[in-house]
Amino acid sequence: MTDTTQTVEMKPKRTSARPGTLALLLNNSLATGGLIVLVAICLIALAAPLLPLADPDVTAPVDRLQPVFSDGHLLGTDHLGRDLLSRLIWGTRVSLAVGLSATVIAAFFGSLLGLVAGYAGGRVDTLIMRGIDMVMAFPYILLALAIVAVLGPGLLNALYAIALVNIPFFARNIRGITLGLSRREFVDAARLSGKSPAQILFLEILPNVLPVIVITMSTTVGWMILETAGLSFLGLGAQPPQADLGSMLGEGRKILFTAPHVSVIPGLMIFALVMSINLFGDGVRDVLDPRLRAGSLTRPVARTAVERGDAPVPPPSGKGGVLDVRDMRTEFEIGGSVYKAVGGVDLTLAAGECLGIVGESGSGKSVTAMSIMGLVPTPPGRIAGGAAYLDGEDLFAVSDRRIRKLRGSAVAYVFQDPLSTLHPLFTVGDQLREAIGTHQPLSAAEVKARAIELLSLVRIPNAKERLSAYPHELSGGMRQRVCIAMALANDAKVLIADEPTTALDVTVQSQILTLMNGLRRDRNAAILFITHDFGVVSAICDRVAVMYAGRIVETGRTNEVLASPQHPYTAKLIECVPVLGEPERRLDAIEGRPPVVNNLPDGCAFADRCGRVRPECRSGEIALVISREDRGVRCLYPLNTEGAA
Amino acid sequence: MNELHAGKSGGDTLLDIENVERIFGGGRKLFGGKMPAVHAVQGLTLNVRRGETLGVVGESGCGKSTLARLVVGLDLPTAGTITFDGEDLTALARRNRNALARKVQYVFQDPVASLNPRKTIRTILEAPLKHLTDLDARGRERRLEELLEAVNLAPEFLERYPHEFSGGQAQRIGIARALAAGPELIVLDEPVSALDVSVQAQVLNLLDALKEKFGLTYIFISHDLSVVESVSNRVAVMYFGRMAELGPAKEIFKHPLHPYTDLLMRSAPAPGRHDLLSEDAAAELPDPYNPPPGCAFAARCPRKSDLCLSARPAPDAARGQDENHFAACHHPLPRA
Ligand SMILES: Nc1ncnc2c1ncn2[C@@H]1O[C@H](COP(=O)(O)OP(=O)(O)O)[C@@H](O)[C@H]1O
Ligand code: SF4
Ligand code: SF4
Ligand SMILES: [Mg+2]
Repeated sequence: MTDTTQTVEMKPKRTSARPGTLALLLNNSLATGGLIVLVAICLIALAAPLLPLADPDVTAPVDRLQPVFSDGHLLGTDHLGRDLLSRLIWGTRVSLAVGLSATVIAAFFGSLLGLVAGYAGGRVDTLIMRGIDMVMAFPYILLALAIVAVLGPGLLNALYAIALVNIPFFARNIRGITLGLSRREFVDAARLSGKSPAQILFLEILPNVLPVIVITMSTTVGWMILETAGLSFLGLGAQPPQADLGSMLGEGRKILFTAPHVSVIPGLMIFALVMSINLFGDGVRDVLDPRLRAGSLTRPVARTAVERGDAPVPPPSGKGGVLDVRDMRTEFEIGGSVYKAVGGVDLTLAAGECLGIVGESGSGKSVTAMSIMGLVPTPPGRIAGGAAYLDGEDLFAVSDRRIRKLRGSAVAYVFQDPLSTLHPLFTVGDQLREAIGTHQPLSAAEVKARAIELLSLVRIPNAKERLSAYPHELSGGMRQRVCIAMALANDAKVLIADEPTTALDVTVQSQILTLMNGLRRDRNAAILFITHDFGVVSAICDRVAVMYAGRIVETGRTNEVLASPQHPYTAKLIECVPVLGEPERRLDAIEGRPPVVNNLPDGCAFADRCGRVRPECRSGEIALVISREDRGVRCLYPLNTEGAA
Repeated sequence: MNELHAGKSGGDTLLDIENVERIFGGGRKLFGGKMPAVHAVQGLTLNVRRGETLGVVGESGCGKSTLARLVVGLDLPTAGTITFDGEDLTALARRNRNALARKVQYVFQDPVASLNPRKTIRTILEAPLKHLTDLDARGRERRLEELLEAVNLAPEFLERYPHEFSGGQAQRIGIARALAAGPELIVLDEPVSALDVSVQAQVLNLLDALKEKFGLTYIFISHDLSVVESVSNRVAVMYFGRMAELGPAKEIFKHPLHPYTDLLMRSAPAPGRHDLLSEDAAAELPDPYNPPPGCAFAARCPRKSDLCLSARPAPDAARGQDENHFAACHHPLPRA
């Protein structure tokens, strides 16, 4: 048995590689602006008792309705002669306090209900959620009014009312998340570790729900302040003489035309407050959104950026073939470091040929496949060099329009998870018809006939009836066949299949492989077949390219590579495949792990795991040496080469 | 021999599953009528001997994971009994879940999903020690060290979070967690399916070593026949919630009786193999809401007769040469 004690990689701890939460937030200028305004308002409101302000509630009928900038009253006075500046600051203080407390109360009870409903499920869930539905069935303002009518007007009662009407919002959000989390394997694992349901709910699930609670709070606080102001405006919240923003607005309304400043000033404050909170809240949401956590600060664009720099674009290889990839490089820039996911890959693919790409996960197979049609998300990805020629046309140089036209017609993809390709809310027929219709000008009847033809082609029984089936009504194998049918909708010249059978059962896998094999024979399509399984390669590929750390380390005809692998990595990889009928065969595993592609070593990337390593392997660039037409290996001391070292 | 005894074999029985059934759905609707019911597992009789590895194979949806969850007490059977070491496992799962968790543990298919993303490895591994053992803080610390050493992980890993691990490392942690409370039986539900072949071999070798070291018994579930063959003493082939074939691993793979076992074997790809058998596209699983009266495999079976369509074969309808080799088939494959 191999004793590969797994140790922590020696990579220096790079805390700065991924931008921190605050850095991400500050990068968003709107959110920063919101934060600054909000902090300023809060500071002033908090400091109200310390500021040299007039008493907000003392009336002085003599000074009534003083305009802005009058002596001693910076913002003037209201109809009872009270100082508006003072009332504004004290009023903001009250509105903020009420809004925040209402949010906290609503968040607490709403989240609690949501957590319990989502975790307990069954009858408890039904009961809680029906109750919530009942609360939600009333227009919220009506409900708030009813509550205040029962409890009597007053700021505290308004607070309760606002909190109560917002509980369902939290409960629903949190229930959904909890429901998903409690079906996760780590919850079962905690159960088997002996944790009680309460411990699981509050120690395992709650920490995962917390970000969502924070996001929901930050996006509802502004809303709740508005609602409180609304109730006060109607005279149901703060009672005179106490000032809050809503009641100030309400008092000013009666004299809107004679003294507009009395209502405009609190109105502006409400606007500034709610706006700043919402901008900041949106910023918080974006930061806690895991998609942005990866380090990208802007949304991905529809096509991978091409930044090939000054280096000359490599010309086509001259071998002909439909697809000709030359020295393709794809990088991801995350934080401060550059991950060379694909580091110079050459591939050629002739019509009717099937080329397999094999390698461990993370070796760059998928990125290679996605780069060809610009499907790698930018940011963080970019194509940093090389070219991909489709019938002589450089795919990295053509217009966005052209690439859209080619995607799904000349070059089609089939992915591992059919559910990620199929839209759950449309029938198979709708999706097939769309795939056909966008690229071919056909009548509705022709499109339908073509859709049926395609489904029969991928050997789906009762093709006509299946058109009206939804993806979830089909088995995994059927769904994958539908994806293949969609890929074939427009007579693709090149089919790029990324682990199309990995998620399927062996029996279904062999059906799909047979199907794809037949298709390339009948339609002369070229297939780029990505897999990590040498068994699958044997079944379908004419040639195979082995990838390691973003580069091709060996290539050749499938039979030759399997019978006499030349790269030590290929040999090891083949060795550790278990084979039916040879239960004793399971030999040594490959020790260690592939290098991380942001920090590739000099020389051979496999050196640390290689049994044949010599000092020369660790320096310089090791070229892919082509021995015969299709055969190449990137190794200084290859195996199975007659006459070589 | 009747249905109940087909799954039995001699030896020191640790786990005894008798005529177990698990139905999902099937309750009453609000306005009369019954909700549709699915038999995830049905009429399953099977035992596991102390110290052996029992492999369970079958297509997705055939009830492998349901069986696994029943054995660890995460789910309860709707009929039948499960006995662990002479004790009623189902009753124990109801009464004292932790007592069961001390004896039977589980390793999950998706190693990363089985670790809480917001907990360090230390917290994750300490949980079973805290709740299932009576070790004090010092004892726990020592046990943590032992566990990490047993699964070949460096102690530095303890303070890290799950997302910092590769699949293989995460699965080692999952195995360490299962070992923590010193169980006798571990149910491994597709433990290597999510891993690369290179890592797969490492984990399989580790499992072998641990079994030896701690005297464990495994139930090893997988859809990959070659993996099952390389780890199992006995193999159970499941189809559509029932046992299709059961017997010693060597016998099953050399002389399969059930046409389904044969189909699985001939569909498995292997390096250097080009002649994959491929069924008709029409070959689909039967409708679980409307199961056929006869053999569930009949729609896909090249050997079916009228008998197959009308009468369901008993689990021991066919016998192999080995006395512990059975298959649920009216027309078993001849010995090649
Ligand atoms: N969207 C992405 N953002 C950042 N890094 C990525 C992204 N996609 C892939 N990578 C990185 O690129 C490398 C190659 O990944 P991939 O092509 O998916 O490997 P394979 O398909 O061989 O398993 C990995 O190091 C992976 O982490
Ligand atoms: S170049 Fe050297 S280290 Fe790399 S695979 Fe060949 S022998 Fe091994
Ligand atoms: S019982 Fe009949 S249909 Fe079922 S597997 Fe045997 S021969 Fe085939
Ligand atoms: Mg991939």
